[in-house]
Amino acid sequence: MRNDHTTPAGPIADTAVHARGLVKRFGDLTAVDGIDLEIARGEIYGVLGPNGAGKTTTLKMLATLLPMDEGEAQLFGVDVRREPHRIRQLIGVTGQYASVDENLTAMENLRLFGRLQGLSGTRSRKVAGELLERFSLQDAADRPLEKFSGGMRRRLDLAASLITRPPLIFLDEPTTGLDPRTRGEMWDTIRDLVESGCTVLLTTQYLDEADQLADRIAVIDRGVMVAEGTADHLKSLVGVSTLQLDLTDAGTLPAAADVVRRRIGAEPVLSAERSRINVPLDDADDAAEVLISLREAGVGLAGMSLSKPSLDEVFLTLTGHDAADQNETTTTTNEEVA
Amino acid sequence: MATTTIAPESTTAAAPQFDTLPARPSVQDTVSQTMTLAWRALIKMRRNVEQFFDVTIQPLLFTAMFAFLFGGAVTGQHGSDGVKAYLPMIITGILGQTVLTACIATGTQLREDMDKGVFDRFKVLPIARIAPLAGPMVADLVRYLIASTLTFATGIALGYRPGGGVPGVVASILLAMVAGWSLAWVFTWVGTIGKNATSVQGISMIIMFPLTFMSNAFVPTSTMPHWLKVFADINPVSHIISAIRDLANNGAVTGQVGWALLGCAVVIAIFAPLSVRSFNKHM
Repeated sequence: MRNDHTTPAGPIADTAVHARGLVKRFGDLTAVDGIDLEIARGEIYGVLGPNGAGKTTTLKMLATLLPMDEGEAQLFGVDVRREPHRIRQLIGVTGQYASVDENLTAMENLRLFGRLQGLSGTRSRKVAGELLERFSLQDAADRPLEKFSGGMRRRLDLAASLITRPPLIFLDEPTTGLDPRTRGEMWDTIRDLVESGCTVLLTTQYLDEADQLADRIAVIDRGVMVAEGTADHLKSLVGVSTLQLDLTDAGTLPAAADVVRRRIGAEPVLSAERSRINVPLDDADDAAEVLISLREAGVGLAGMSLSKPSLDEVFLTLTGHDAADQNETTTTTNEEVA
Repeated sequence: MATTTIAPESTTAAAPQFDTLPARPSVQDTVSQTMTLAWRALIKMRRNVEQFFDVTIQPLLFTAMFAFLFGGAVTGQHGSDGVKAYLPMIITGILGQTVLTACIATGTQLREDMDKGVFDRFKVLPIARIAPLAGPMVADLVRYLIASTLTFATGIALGYRPGGGVPGVVASILLAMVAGWSLAWVFTWVGTIGKNATSVQGISMIIMFPLTFMSNAFVPTSTMPHWLKVFADINPVSHIISAIRDLANNGAVTGQVGWALLGCAVVIAIFAPLSVRSFNKHM
């Protein structure tokens, strides 16, 4: 635990987030259907799931942005429903879309948020300057935001959440839409945050992001938590890589699955309508073993690929359906980012 | 260090006592947050000068246009005599109308602003819920000041000589600003319930036109049919304009000033809570 220098004052003080049975309905749709969360202070907790799984809704309820229909939540022992103003003093929220003021410069933005949270004029100017430097934005401090790149905006947005150093930071898909290099920079920044004692609750669609950052990961599917554990635990469910095989004849699926089980002792995931079989591999070398055995068994292949496990594999393994079926309108976006 | 913020040391030192944090913003905090958000709105105004078109062009255009168009008809005198006799009435009427039109922009711009990302942040900050609404409204006092000053300036250029002198004019400008700020709550409320900026503007126009034209702004209410006169006489805009006339033309602080201020207070008492409630729900 990173917060081992903290003096615990009881069980409540050690718990950053405690939520029981969160439910949120939008008309007929139950977006969040009974989620429990227990996050320790100083932890980075990842909520992993595709678009429409209920990640952002859960986070919004905890951040006082949406009223919860059922359930209860406390942040550091403070009740979310009853004491929204206290909760807002404990959290920083950085959303999917940068929530900074386009009409102001970066410096003015940070000064504005500092002043609004009770810092004096001099102090907010000083804190703003420090944050701009920490987020490598000092050169752009007085530039209008229109000229900012997506990555710069996100960094400014995160900086704006840190002005009063809240003990809990919510990051809603912090790197969605960023290019790989900027993503890496964002990850470093998030790691630094935890070094300084913050607790972080982040949502993401990327397994590798959760893997890179989170101490523990919850996988959310249709408003329900389907798995929770460390990244290693989740990966052990899907292997370090996945061999995807397209068979020429769907009728040979059972035979192929049998070969895989006998040869490498892994449990394959079958998809009959696509004559496809996904094999989790602990070692990429096992791929060759599987292919040789399949040829010996006379199973014909139409195609194959070897890939790192993605959210889709985790989903297929944990829930038996694709991540992309969750929400038809977002299917294309999911495929783009997968 | 401000008591409302989490001290940097507190996250790493002994477990902080979060239940001692203020449970709601104090009045002092609310005022300071409103002023900070007014500062933001002023920066925005300075960078979007086109926001000033309605409060600069309209007083110039409308004052001259209305004076020449209706001067003769309303006063029964022909030519420039009519215009001149009409000026004490029309200048103060235009003042009311211009400020009311400027209020519409307050609501429309709030609506536009609310759709932007920065409002998402205002929602999660520990600030008074009224501050994001009241802040821009305070900044809009600048617009009402410009509109009022220009209306009087145009009038004086056309030959208007306010009987109340400088103190009367200054007092009437102040009253116009107070009235603008109060009536703006109506349009702020419309801004929080409207679907988008265009619909907010549409609804606001429907409210604004009867309020200004069915008042004593342009014609004496004695010329109106009875039912209209009844409405015009209770219309708060009429009281505001009467009060402005008493101040600017006679330098007199009359009962109308009291009625105008009471009307403003009633409008705020109704529409400020409505706006905050609908704004919170929207969020």
